[in-house]
Amino acid sequence: MKKVIQITTALLLLVVVSAFTNKTEKEKSGYKIGDVATDFKLENIDGKMVSLSDFEDAKGFIVTFTCNTCPYAVAYEDRIEALNKKYASKGYPVIAIMPNNTDVKPGDNIEAMQKRADQKGFTFPYLLDAGQDIYPQYGATKTPHIYILEKTKTGNIVKYIGAIDDNYQDASQVKSKYVEDAVDTLLTGREIKVKETKAIGCSIKV
Amino acid sequence: MRYFIIILLATLSFVSKAQSVKITQSTKGEYISVEPIENKSISKQFKIFNYKQFEDYLKTKDKSKTYVINFWATWCAPCVKELPYFEKINTDYASENVEVILVSLDFPKQIDTRLKPFLKDNKLQSEVVLLNDVDANTWIPKVNKDWSGAIPATLIYNSEKSEFYEQSFDYNDLENTLKTFLK
Repeated sequence: MKKVIQITTALLLLVVVSAFTNKTEKEKSGYKIGDVATDFKLENIDGKMVSLSDFEDAKGFIVTFTCNTCPYAVAYEDRIEALNKKYASKGYPVIAIMPNNTDVKPGDNIEAMQKRADQKGFTFPYLLDAGQDIYPQYGATKTPHIYILEKTKTGNIVKYIGAIDDNYQDASQVKSKYVEDAVDTLLTGREIKVKETKAIGCSIKV
Repeated sequence: MRYFIIILLATLSFVSKAQSVKITQSTKGEYISVEPIENKSISKQFKIFNYKQFEDYLKTKDKSKTYVINFWATWCAPCVKELPYFEKINTDYASENVEVILVSLDFPKQIDTRLKPFLKDNKLQSEVVLLNDVDANTWIPKVNKDWSGAIPATLIYNSEKSEFYEQSFDYNDLENTLKTFLK
């Protein structure tokens, strides 16, 4: 009996410890400025698989977690497209990733993503994080959520995390274009001033 | 043997808590209507604030109370799902000096088309305010430095302590969390 209790206790302790470990890992998860960001292989709306390593000539990336169904993400669609138009040719393409569970949000499934991209004329890859494995590694919590990466010999380094600009309601009233300022600064080889910003967004649906 | 029971109980409570969180997260965002409460006036009026005005407004409130400040929007499915729990807390814990304030982050241009009809249809009893402040990078860290900006999110505070929760709640979670603020 004593042995049974010991074993059971050990097992229960393991459950407790692992519960705590999970929580701690979850709290710690996500990139900070200066971290090396993981590459991925995710399905694009055209059915092809896309990785950061496919972009041989890129100097970096504007990785944008976004979706069809979040009003904040929708408010930024045109501005995300404009970012790609402006910066893809300069070496910083937009790579959009849709992180939501599409069972919870059918409006974000691959067919809906294709349709939205057609309607809006997206020129950037719009990838589905089908396994929901990538957004937690980045630490994205909401849509839209931007990570600017700079390609270096040691990998893709996280240089900026946060919002696109400081006015989700009205693009014409924007005072600070955080992402543009950051990429412009990277292109001139200087240090980004505003490396992290906060914005309201829709929680990623798990 | 006594230790065994203590550990067992502790483990069970941890596991059950972890599970309830999991259920909250995986629950689909289907719509749940708020139970209408009879014989009470329907609140259709709400104040519209920028963050500074909202902060000033909170300062005018009764400092002996515990406040549950929930950040939500009509377009946020998990927010709408948990609204009934906040409504129930506001009603059931009013006698314990608890007050719920529902801070809507709806788009100002959708006040008439979405927010007002929603408040009317759901007969919300808790106070609703609309926070209209585009400079989120300035005000989000003032609510809590660790808030990424995702909603739903909830701030609970009284004169003794203040905690911030970037998560969804089910009723039991919310009630148990609130109880840690009450003497």
